[in-house]
Parts: sequence; structure tokens; C-alpha cells
Amino acid sequence: MRKLTTPFIGLSAGMLFVAPWLINMAPFESTMGLVQKIFYFHFPAAILFLVSAIVCGIASIRFLFFKKASADAWAIASAELGLLFGALTLVTGPLWARKAWGVWWVWDPRLTMSLVLFLIFAAYTILRKFGGPGSDKLAAGMALFGMLNVPFIYVSVNIWRTLHPMTSVVPTLPTEFGIPLWFCFAAFTMLFIALLNLRATLALQQARIEALYLDEDEA
Amino acid sequence: MRHWLRVCVLILALGAAAPALALQPQPPKEFVPVDEVPPGEQIPAINMVAAAYGFVWVAVLGYVWSIARRLKHVESELSDLESRRK
Repeated sequence: MRKLTTPFIGLSAGMLFVAPWLINMAPFESTMGLVQKIFYFHFPAAILFLVSAIVCGIASIRFLFFKKASADAWAIASAELGLLFGALTLVTGPLWARKAWGVWWVWDPRLTMSLVLFLIFAAYTILRKFGGPGSDKLAAGMALFGMLNVPFIYVSVNIWRTLHPMTSVVPTLPTEFGIPLWFCFAAFTMLFIALLNLRATLALQQARIEALYLDEDEA
Repeated sequence: MRHWLRVCVLILALGAAAPALALQPQPPKEFVPVDEVPPGEQIPAINMVAAAYGFVWVAVLGYVWSIARRLKHVESELSDLESRRK
């Protein structure tokens, strides 16, 4: 997996440099105009925000039940990436909404629960950094709550009619909008995999350093 | 008699207030699309798009830089510790 990190980062960087050209070539959406172009970065960031919660939740289950150090490292990595992609989603969304809806924010179920998920990731990261002994299990429990949030966030726009578009929008996109969108999605996904791998490696090495210091203290 | 006097005073007061009420701007009767609000209240779309893409680039590059810096630091610390143990 480590071997794939460098090509993935290089390829995603190249694709993200090409992306503005493709986005510029895409036609303007008839009702929203130019501001709709935020969608090409907002959608991949939002999906990877939810993927982070799922990865963090599954890794936390593995850590809680099988005590795998590697699972804990993956949970730490995905929580931090959840913070990054959550910030991208929660900043690009209101910038689009202000122009398209006339407001920066509405307290509808999707936006509110997305903010709650972001706060869960923030709490997880703070707990792991400053929580001390035992915080790993508490944080893993918190990650499960984060994962349970994901289906709710996804289907909320279909259950309650709000200002946010429904999930049926993306599958029915015309090709000229779909090409730049899926291109950006592929670039973001490769970046996500590479960063997840790098951050998990960092967490494993930090755990190894702590173990070495403990050995030194005992010797 | 006093009752009728009060009613007359109220009618006169309302009549005096009528010009002031007529000067008040009328509230919008229905939804006004963002593009139709006065120019002073509009934000150009290009500013929003530039801010969104700018934020994404800064955040992603900042995070990549942060990961690279932390990895470099941890790897040097790890090699120091391992060489000390030998």
C-alpha cells in the first residue's frame, strides 16, 4: 500500500491541476449560473467526509474488539481526514448557498447533522491528543456514533424536503456536467487514499516511538 | 359622552398617522430571487467560486505540508531512538 502512496499523490495533484480547465469547459447551470461550479469540489469533499466516518467507525470496531494497533492507526488517520474533508464541505457549501439560496446556512437536517459529524471528528481528535490513558477506547466509541450518523445524513434530504438538493440529482446529471464531476471525484479519492495511508503510517510510527520510550523507562 | 369623545380622538390620531404609515416601504409580498435584489445587497458569484476553490487548495496543500513535516520529524526521532538502543 505504501508503494501506491507516491503515484496516487502525484496523479491526484496532476488531475487537480487539470480540473479547473475541465470545470471551466463545463456549461453553466441554467438557474444558478457560475456559482454552481463550486459543486465540482463540494460533492467529492462531502462524499469523502462521509467515507471518513465509515472508515473511522469500522477501524474503531476492529480496535475495540480485536485490539489491533493498525486499526487504531487507521481510525486516527480517518478522523483527521474527516476533519479536513468536513471543513472543505462546510466552507464550500455555505459559499454556494449564499449565492444560490440567499442565506449562508439553514438548520435543516443534512446541514445540522453534517456539522454534528464534524464536531464528533473534532472531539475525537482532541480526545486522542489530550485525553491521556484510556482515551483510545472512549474515542473509538465516539467514532461509532459518527458512523451511525452517515446514513441519516445521506437520506435526510429525501425524507424531509429542504433547500438542499436530493440525492437523485447526481445520478441524473447530463454528461457535460458529469465528466468534470467524476474526474474531480477520482482525483479527490486518490488524494484521500494517499493521505489516509500516510497519516496511518505516521500514527503507527508515533505508537512505536511511545513503546520505545516506555521500554527505556522500564530498563 | 366620554366614550364617544375617546373614539373621536382615536379616529383623529389614526388619521394623523396615515401619511406616516403611507411613507413606510411595503414589505415584499413573495420570494425575491437573489439576482433581483438591489445591486448593493448582491455578492458576485465569481467571489464565491474563487473563495471556495482558494480555500480547498490552501487547506489541502496545508494538510499535505503538515503530514510531510510530522512524518519527517517522527522518522528522525525513531532513527535516533533505535540507534541509541543499539
